[in-house]
Amino acid sequence: MIKIEHLCKSFGKFAALKDINVHMRQGQAISLLGPNGSGKTTLIKSILGLVIPEKGNITIDGQSVKRDWSYRSLIGYMPQIGHYPDNMTIDQVFALIKEMRKETQDYDEELIRGFQLNKLGNKTMRSLSGGTRQKVSASLAFLFSPSVYILDEPTAGLDPVSSELLKEKILKEREAGKLILITSHVLSDLEGIASHIIYLQDGELLFYRSVEELQAATGEEKLNRVIAHIMKNESRIAKTIQ
Amino acid sequence: MKTIIKYVLLDLMRNKVILFYTIILAILAVSVLGIDDNPTKGLLSLLNITLLFVPLITILFSTIYFFNAIEFTELLLSQPIKRNKVILAEYSALTVSLSAAYAVGIGMPLLLLVSGIASFILTLIGILLTFVFSSLALLIFVKCRDKTKGIGIAIATALFFTLLFDGFLLAFIYSFSDYPIDQAVVGIIAFNPIDLARVLMLLHLDVAVLMGYSGALFKKFLGSATGSIFSIACILLWIIVPLLLSVRIFNRKDL
Repeated sequence: MIKIEHLCKSFGKFAALKDINVHMRQGQAISLLGPNGSGKTTLIKSILGLVIPEKGNITIDGQSVKRDWSYRSLIGYMPQIGHYPDNMTIDQVFALIKEMRKETQDYDEELIRGFQLNKLGNKTMRSLSGGTRQKVSASLAFLFSPSVYILDEPTAGLDPVSSELLKEKILKEREAGKLILITSHVLSDLEGIASHIIYLQDGELLFYRSVEELQAATGEEKLNRVIAHIMKNESRIAKTIQ
Repeated sequence: MKTIIKYVLLDLMRNKVILFYTIILAILAVSVLGIDDNPTKGLLSLLNITLLFVPLITILFSTIYFFNAIEFTELLLSQPIKRNKVILAEYSALTVSLSAAYAVGIGMPLLLLVSGIASFILTLIGILLTFVFSSLALLIFVKCRDKTKGIGIAIATALFFTLLFDGFLLAFIYSFSDYPIDQAVVGIIAFNPIDLARVLMLLHLDVAVLMGYSGALFKKFLGSATGSIFSIACILLWIIVPLLLSVRIFNRKDL
């Protein structure tokens, strides 16, 4: 589905991504992990075409992200910070994106109803709390039932009920065979969702393995223990995994 | 592209700063035109107000708007749409709303109280300057990563064209007053959109000779018609060149 080959990107002298090679397939829910500044957001933005890669290739369903922009109709993106024009209403935001993606006509409004955003339609974005804005971003990502979801810190700022609702929705989409790429620092939120883990450090891909493999390698059950174990014994584990 | 323009315009129409800007301009226009019976004097006062405030407010508001909309722009760019369409749509919506504010605030009172070609030219000047300085704001936005730095450069740019440039021009004229520099001065004026706008207005007021060196030179060398065409062409270049440059840079920019 998403194929990344020899991807390199640097900002000035700082190398944000160093020769990344990944092949993500349908039905996977990949969790992108790594310390701050390890290149997670840069990787996501490269896939979306927001960051222009220096070297290497990214293809989605065989379409290169470099010149043709039409591949983005396959993607639903939920940004980390949802910031919208102040005086736009929720209804206007939805209408705008719907008009931009006219090729999809049947909308998945499950999240809009679940978050009860349809009752807030006339509220301006400025008057909304950070969490509600996050809900708008999430609903937008799922609105067109795309085949790839890219979710940047989706549960940050959501209340427990909404966070559960979103997680259930992500699971449902994963079972429907979609590819889900998710970054989160709240590892317990990824429990049961993530099928694979990509671990980045200093712009390098440390490993890309399924959760079962990692559990077997570390002898831990819980995801946060698994990751903690790896971070502590980083080099040794990385060797045994590879 | 039309879709984005439509929704961004809907947002900007409810923007308080733009509303405030319109009202202030309208108050200024009505009061200045009401003070004096001589419409030419009123027009000159409004011209000076336009040349001082429109560039500064346009470039500041536009730069801040572009920087504040950066996350929204990213969201739009993650949809299936070409990059340059997103940025051009935002630029269009911004210039249309700021020009509308000027047309309503200054243009309407002018056309109602002092109709005639000069009123029309002044309205045109305000709108052209709005386009020029939002183009420059866009250029500042695509070149800067940092918002604070961007706003600083925007203020410096506006001050350079409103104040500093004329100072340099005067210094130049004084130090080379023994040489035939008249044509050179006409050429130098083309590098300042505000001077171009001033000349364009003065050529239509028949006070060009009274209004200083540049106006007189323009009249002498180019005559009214050629002078007008020359200054409008230069102002259009001041809109198009920064805009094209911005789009080029934006297409390769990392967000």
